[in-house]
Amino acid sequence: MGWTRKDLLGLEELSREELELILSTAESFKEVSTREIKKVPALRGKTVVNLFYEPSTRTRVSFEVAAKRLSADVINIATETSSVKKGETLIDTGRNIEALKADIIVVRHNCSGAAVILSRHVGLSVVNAGDGWHEHPTQALLDIFTLQEKLGRLEGLKVSIVGDIAHSRVARSNIWGLIKLGARVTVCAPKMLIPPGIEEMQVSVTDDIDLALKDADAVNVLRMQFERDGETAFPRQLEYFKEFGITQERLRKAKKDIIVMHPGPINRGIEMSSAVADGANSVILEQVTNGIAVRMAVLFLVAQANEQIKNHEDLN
Amino acid sequence: MKTLIKAGRVIDPANKIDAVMDILVEDSKISKIAKNIPVKADKVIEAQGKIVMPGLVDMHVHLREPGREDKETIQSGSQAALAGGVTSVLAMPNTSPAIDSKENIKILKTAIQKSAKVNCFICAAITKERLGAELTDIASLKKEGALAISDDGASVDNDDLMLEALKVAKKEGLPVICHSEDKKLTAYGVVNLGFTSTRLGLRGISAESEYKRVERDIELARQTGASIHIAHVSCQESLELIARAKKNKVRVTCESAPHYFTFSEEAVLGYDTNFKMNPPLRSQEDRLAIRKGLSSGLIDVIASDHAPHTENEKDIEFERSEFGVIGLETELAAVVTELIGNSLLDWSGLVMKMSLHPSRILGLNKGTLSVGADADIIVVDPGREWIVRKENFYSKSKNSPFIGRSLKGFVEYTLCQGKVHKWNS
Repeated sequence: MGWTRKDLLGLEELSREELELILSTAESFKEVSTREIKKVPALRGKTVVNLFYEPSTRTRVSFEVAAKRLSADVINIATETSSVKKGETLIDTGRNIEALKADIIVVRHNCSGAAVILSRHVGLSVVNAGDGWHEHPTQALLDIFTLQEKLGRLEGLKVSIVGDIAHSRVARSNIWGLIKLGARVTVCAPKMLIPPGIEEMQVSVTDDIDLALKDADAVNVLRMQFERDGETAFPRQLEYFKEFGITQERLRKAKKDIIVMHPGPINRGIEMSSAVADGANSVILEQVTNGIAVRMAVLFLVAQANEQIKNHEDLN
Repeated sequence: MKTLIKAGRVIDPANKIDAVMDILVEDSKISKIAKNIPVKADKVIEAQGKIVMPGLVDMHVHLREPGREDKETIQSGSQAALAGGVTSVLAMPNTSPAIDSKENIKILKTAIQKSAKVNCFICAAITKERLGAELTDIASLKKEGALAISDDGASVDNDDLMLEALKVAKKEGLPVICHSEDKKLTAYGVVNLGFTSTRLGLRGISAESEYKRVERDIELARQTGASIHIAHVSCQESLELIARAKKNKVRVTCESAPHYFTFSEEAVLGYDTNFKMNPPLRSQEDRLAIRKGLSSGLIDVIASDHAPHTENEKDIEFERSEFGVIGLETELAAVVTELIGNSLLDWSGLVMKMSLHPSRILGLNKGTLSVGADADIIVVDPGREWIVRKENFYSKSKNSPFIGRSLKGFVEYTLCQGKVHKWNS
């Protein structure tokens, strides 16, 4: 089965086969970054536009590197310096980018569903680089890719996701992806940060970090965004570290080779201690490296599918 | 001018009529109803196989005039009403300016006189500018023609002020239409709170934000003896409270809207903002409870909560998009399809909920086909299926959750004050 979607909006709608196809494509692209000349011509002549409504360095740079290693031309639009500042709507901006004959929009937006809405209004490919609290599919894919690389499998793995689940697009995408690929997922957070009905995503829920770490093959530690503080009930930073922070001491009670992941940027001493972040179990920098391969795969697949869709339309 | 509606199935529950009959309209009034009226009329409507019933009375309509004529005007909104078989509407006061003074009612009445194509009645505000701080001069609003008061779109948060409003309304004999929502509990939510809000990553609106306020409004009605009407009921808990209150002889009636008995929260999963309204679409259980409440008679009224918004305000990021959907042109067919089609309601029940009961609540002499009554009559083809299309709406706005759906029940003729309008597409 091939890839037929012009967009990547989230992992919820993907099948297991589609997820596996992205992962295997990423695997073959990973090697490119180890070459002396780190480039393949797969997207030569294509234009990728990074449209970022939220400040982001690592995701944007990762997409930019991925696109360039595929030989695409890359344009970065930061909304603070664009016509969006003058009140242009998301859809109008998207249509303008389409009129420039770009091929892919990589969009980061603070509103949940923004990528979905944009994709309904443009014919070019839309890749969701994070929308509100909804999904961040490429982050989850790179997390899953790293897990598979480290542990050789996903089926039956026990993965715990710790942190602000309620406001996390990374958590949602990871849950959808991992569950479809046969992993067992536990989410762990203070009760106030567990969103309602989350059990229906087939995850276990706990507010006991030691329980979440026990028997886990991997723990994915989310960034705590304390800048949200004041909006809803939110724990205090030090209290949070005491109750939920990942420390060497806590890891000693877990599996010896438990994998520790973090989507970054880390708040050292809040989500995890520096010793853990830099320790032997941490794969945080490998995640960054794998992010490029995964994003190359995604850009390649959606571009190819959209070309086929357009050729098909031309024939009709 | 004589119009004869020939041999239709006449549904008039106020007069306990459900039979094939002729109706003769002379000028703006109904002059005769009988099995067979041998008369030479100026116009004959052949209604064999059709349903003939009183025009609908929609007691929850936002005409947007004055102030937001880009969304809707009295002319476009009343044209939409006509096409939907709605011959009377109650215009909600959340316009700009709000209908909170004698002067503003006068302005609105002038505009209605100038451009309305159906009977437009006025609901005035409970508080000045609908800010919930200071009561309007309710007595003078009534004198100027307001049929009800409401701060619709907002609830009067202050219990003492609401109590005072109910006391005055009771004295004036005006019903109070309650938008029962505690905005502190809604807390910037945009969809029903639960798995759906979690899945979409959107802020949720709890059912509690509605039913807690329903509970308060009922309690104040009990204390004062005033008549309240709970608008747009969306959840099971509210219905339970209303059922108990009715049993305890509190003077409470309520309404729900077609979207609440047709859709549930899952409809929002594609971030389609045509399914974004307040209160939000609730759970499947809530939808079934609304249907049951309509079937049992607990819910007195079906109203559209017709809430036009421009595409610029609607077709954008979900959380930034306006709440509300249009409904005048689809409500009758939605009821025929969902409720009559599933044997939850019969035609008499439809007429009661969409014409007779709202008339009674508002003190209107409408909702029946009695001789001498205003000739507000519709002829409906009960079996005709049609597809709701954006380009066919008469409303200035197109924000309907029914777009693309196939509905049964087509309004063929609308007679408003005896004037005949025929609909084809």
